[in-house]
Amino acid sequence: MTDLLDRKLLFVTGKGGVGKSTVAAALALLAAERGKRTLVCEFDAKGNLADFFESGPTRFQPREVAAGLFAMSMDPEESLKEYLTLQLRLPLMARIGPLARIFEFVATAAPGVREILTVGKVVWEVREARWDLVVVDASATGHIVGQLTAPQAINELVQVGAIRQQTDWLVDILSDPVRTGLVIVATPEEMPVNETIELAERLENETVVDLAAVVVNRVLPELFGRAEEEVFDRLAGGAELNDALAADAAPIVEGARLAVTLRRSRAEHLDHLRDSLPSDLPLLYLPYLFVRSHGMRSTRQAAAALGAELGY
Amino acid sequence: MEQLFAAKEIVISCGSGGVGKTTTAAALAAMAATRVGGRVLVLTVDPARRLANALGLEGFGNVEKPVPASAFAEVGVAPRGELWAAMLDTKQSWDNLVQRHAPDALTAQRILDNPLYQNVSGRFVQSHDYIAMERLFEIHTGGQYDLIVVDTPPTRNALDLLEAPQRMAEFFSSRFLRLLIAPYRSKLINMASRPFYQVADRILGSQFLQDIAEFFILFQTMYAGFVQRAEAVDRLLHDKRTTFIVVSTLEAAPLHEAEFFVDALSDKRFHLGAVVLNKVLPAYLLEAGAAVVAERLVKDAAPIAAEVAPRAGCAEDLVERVLTEMGENFLRFQLVAQREAEQRSELAVSPEVVATVPYFESDIYDLGGLLKLGEQIWS
Repeated sequence: MTDLLDRKLLFVTGKGGVGKSTVAAALALLAAERGKRTLVCEFDAKGNLADFFESGPTRFQPREVAAGLFAMSMDPEESLKEYLTLQLRLPLMARIGPLARIFEFVATAAPGVREILTVGKVVWEVREARWDLVVVDASATGHIVGQLTAPQAINELVQVGAIRQQTDWLVDILSDPVRTGLVIVATPEEMPVNETIELAERLENETVVDLAAVVVNRVLPELFGRAEEEVFDRLAGGAELNDALAADAAPIVEGARLAVTLRRSRAEHLDHLRDSLPSDLPLLYLPYLFVRSHGMRSTRQAAAALGAELGY
Repeated sequence: MEQLFAAKEIVISCGSGGVGKTTTAAALAAMAATRVGGRVLVLTVDPARRLANALGLEGFGNVEKPVPASAFAEVGVAPRGELWAAMLDTKQSWDNLVQRHAPDALTAQRILDNPLYQNVSGRFVQSHDYIAMERLFEIHTGGQYDLIVVDTPPTRNALDLLEAPQRMAEFFSSRFLRLLIAPYRSKLINMASRPFYQVADRILGSQFLQDIAEFFILFQTMYAGFVQRAEAVDRLLHDKRTTFIVVSTLEAAPLHEAEFFVDALSDKRFHLGAVVLNKVLPAYLLEAGAAVVAERLVKDAAPIAAEVAPRAGCAEDLVERVLTEMGENFLRFQLVAQREAEQRSELAVSPEVVATVPYFESDIYDLGGLLKLGEQIWS
């Protein structure tokens, strides 16, 4: 297996609310800390990736948010502008008037154009070899397949034209498992687990992109071993603890019970996930981070945990 | 909540992904069928098999299906009304729409056969959002239901959903659409539009451009019907019989989206019926006295264990470890509970519209589970 961070391009996806941005930010930070010149790109311009680095809003132009780590957010219109000027050397920029309106129309009317400008930009960054690693905080599970298959779809729909010429190298890089991989983030809960299993199948059947790893986020710590659990049950059922403390321990007992029950129901989903995925696919576990808010500190914690999982 | 559901005909459940929107919609519909009565439909976009099972159905599709009375009987509930369920099939709904609005069967068939159509029906102009609202309109106009509870697609931008009908109407009357189609209708290309073609041509290639144009020429035959319909859908969403429920958890990102949505609703004069906060940690985690006890357990685990162990008949070292874990666990969860409480207090909506739902420790497997959840939201 190729080492995860030795690839050049990692798409991070997952069902909404599972911590996709946390993982993308942590992977990028981990790579940068290991000396790789890293770009992290957020596909959703309204996302909150910047919060994870406490760096102020990200824009289309990459900005250094930590040593060796640059962050940007996708803007298909900017991507089109860059593409027209850099690659087509289109000289009539000044005369075509408000590009925004034309873009809006072309992107709305022509299927796949928005997708290709989005995916195309990050693959372009890889092709130009400006970075050791590009991590993409990509779209949620519902949209990612559509985005990744856009180059092929365009290939079938468009016979000639500038976009057509671009799709070949796009597909080349996307389909190369040495350079490109996809990471699915899940939590050990029913719906995210099911979506992860479905997405893994769809990726295999419909796209050329290699599934590199599944990250299971918010794994609760195991509170008690078997012997300890017996002791806990004994203490929870008796008055000894209250007597010794001369206070009410009930909330603490309930809190422990909550943690144990949650972990148990999650363990079932986790088993189901492990059994349903290819056995050689790496599963990385990220503990539940009991933190006040997401920021650089929690991103560092997540990066350290992922590093430990990857054996660094 | 009961008053709200008795007074409205359409309840639209929205929020970002992963906050329990679908389950909330189903639970509220089940509650309304049980308590308020009448014929209640839950229209979902989420093909969750578990939800179908929970409703006692094998599965459901674009056509509405009644939830069998036996599913209620099994959990010992005698509903006052009926509960029905349907799932939004985007492709099927688009096909129906084309068949309805096309001037004749031949044109309809040409549109459905167009290679661009599949792509387009799946993607353009937030088609999922629009089709969800369109299907709602269709069912509501059918007049078969006293109440329709709608679960919406996860939107990246909450506004997309509300603006979908309007944007659809605007798209079909847009200047650029006319610009694009014009040269394929006549040989005259307006000088002003020439640069536009040069760019579009360079990007897309003229063949593709022509394919698109042909497709939209066909599509334009449906223009009048479409625009009229989109406007009617928009009116229905603003109608006083329609209300919105915003679902969120107390995590920062979903809550931020929920706040944004609440503002958007009020800006655009839609009715906000309720804010449902899901998966909220239990209140005992916030008790200040308990935190002091938990800290003592961590700090003085050894002496406390020495006192407790002989009386409880347990090994002292095990007791010490258990007490430390219990104390640390409580403090960890308290941190999260405090963060939630802060988020909650910052939520700028009047508290009477907020329903709080505790963290459910197990998944919902049957109608009983849905009703239990529903009762939490209801009260």
